[in-house]
Amino acid sequence: MDFYLTALLQGLCFSALALGIYISMKIFNIPDITTDGSYTLGAVITALLIKHGEPTYVTLISVVLAGGLAGALTGIIHTKLKINALLAGILVMTALYSVNISIMGTSNLPLINLSSLFTLINISANLNYNTFWILSIFVIVITLLIGYLLKTDFGVSMRATGNSESMIRSLGVNTDRMKITGLALANALTAVSGYLVSQQQGFTDISMGIGIVIIGLGSVIIAETLINWLKITSIWLSLVLVLGGAIIFQLVLAITLDIGVNPNLLKIVTAAFVLLIVSLPRISFRGSQND
Amino acid sequence: MIDINSVNKTFNTGKPNQVNAVSGIDLHIKSEEFLVIVGANGSGKTTLLDMVAGSVFPNSGTINIDGVDVTKLPDHRRSKWIARVFQNPLSGTASDLSILDNFRLASIRTKKKGLSIGINDTFKNQVKEKISTLGMGLENKIEQPMGTLSGGQRQALTLLMSVMDSCKVLLLDEPTAALDPRSADIVMRTAEEIVRDYRLTSILITHNLKDAFTYGNRIILMGEGTIVKDLDAHQKLALKQTDLYDWFG
Repeated sequence: MDFYLTALLQGLCFSALALGIYISMKIFNIPDITTDGSYTLGAVITALLIKHGEPTYVTLISVVLAGGLAGALTGIIHTKLKINALLAGILVMTALYSVNISIMGTSNLPLINLSSLFTLINISANLNYNTFWILSIFVIVITLLIGYLLKTDFGVSMRATGNSESMIRSLGVNTDRMKITGLALANALTAVSGYLVSQQQGFTDISMGIGIVIIGLGSVIIAETLINWLKITSIWLSLVLVLGGAIIFQLVLAITLDIGVNPNLLKIVTAAFVLLIVSLPRISFRGSQND
Repeated sequence: MIDINSVNKTFNTGKPNQVNAVSGIDLHIKSEEFLVIVGANGSGKTTLLDMVAGSVFPNSGTINIDGVDVTKLPDHRRSKWIARVFQNPLSGTASDLSILDNFRLASIRTKKKGLSIGINDTFKNQVKEKISTLGMGLENKIEQPMGTLSGGQRQALTLLMSVMDSCKVLLLDEPTAALDPRSADIVMRTAEEIVRDYRLTSILITHNLKDAFTYGNRIILMGEGTIVKDLDAHQKLALKQTDLYDWFG
């Protein structure tokens, strides 16, 4: 049971990342893979500041700013230098590896027995349950903030930027600035996932971000499949489904390990699972389209 | 209202596919003038309109709107004067956003898009009332995504959206080119009403010579990036529809 609880905790940690990918991929329609770098950046800064004894809110603010900066950089390269978003993301992600290893000074930093977000308050004597409650509150607050933002005039402009650029420009929005802000927001959220995961697992590793983008993509794709099936138009429900997607994703991986699949095969299982989710709507509707 | 002074625009300068889209055009459009532009494909109509809108910048010459030199201003900074209806209904509205969201954005075209929620019951009623003037029954569908509507409905709504916020200039780039005759008729009539009621200065590009004949109080014919004919309100009244066909003969 503890095994599945850990998976649930991981899912909650990754829900910030999933919201970030939802913003870049679904709201802005930009394939952004700065993720691998900004996630690790968040974890590295968390480890360093916790080691240094900084309070957790200082750590959180620093992580948000650093992630935002990384995303803004991708946004500037993409909009001002007119470089393909995918390439812009790869460039920043690659550069961030050097940044991360330089500021951390080592490839692995353990955080055992140090105060963290999850030791901040004691809701339950069991460490895992305590982590669960704190994580849940944290994720709910983030979701409420993002949901509110998307409902504001600024948020509606964000959604229109990814949907009809010519329209929103003619309505007086600087779309370049909007995309830079959006990518900054997305990567700030991604960095927050790094902040959560490093504290939850108790260490930061330089390679922890490799391939992490697939977790965000997978979660968003699960959510999107459900959104399309259930014909959901509400922003709030969509965000909740994205959170659900992140948790389902981790649970599927946990089940895979539980039934005895070799952990080395986990990445191929992940890829196959995302492929399955993406192709599911097409497979099931094929019959009706062909006649 | 709009002063275009010796404006030139060349695409792909120095390459084999160089195009002189607009060559030395001088055009002065008075306040509340409804200018119709006709001309063959490639005559520079859309480039000229894009330069007024700010989505294309001229190589030389200046453009003034309401006495302000806007030559170097990008499109999103000219939105305080200009509202625009595109040829493609998809370009003027956001498909995935609800009708209400689209109208909200239009209602703050000239204002800052801030961090407060602007859609409330008062606003909803205001939008419903506005949409009901179209007589299309869309006032009960304001929560629906824009993408569920037909091209004609979307163009009609785009027109209404243009006057949700203060507007002086309305640019219509072949607004009915993608529509069936009935929808086209509704859209053009709505456009004329709005232009009259809000006393707008307008530019209409069209390939439909019947519309060119029916609407507007000034007409110009463009050819190879220059103005070939320019008829004021008086001359346009005297113009016969067959004369227009002869221009393209």
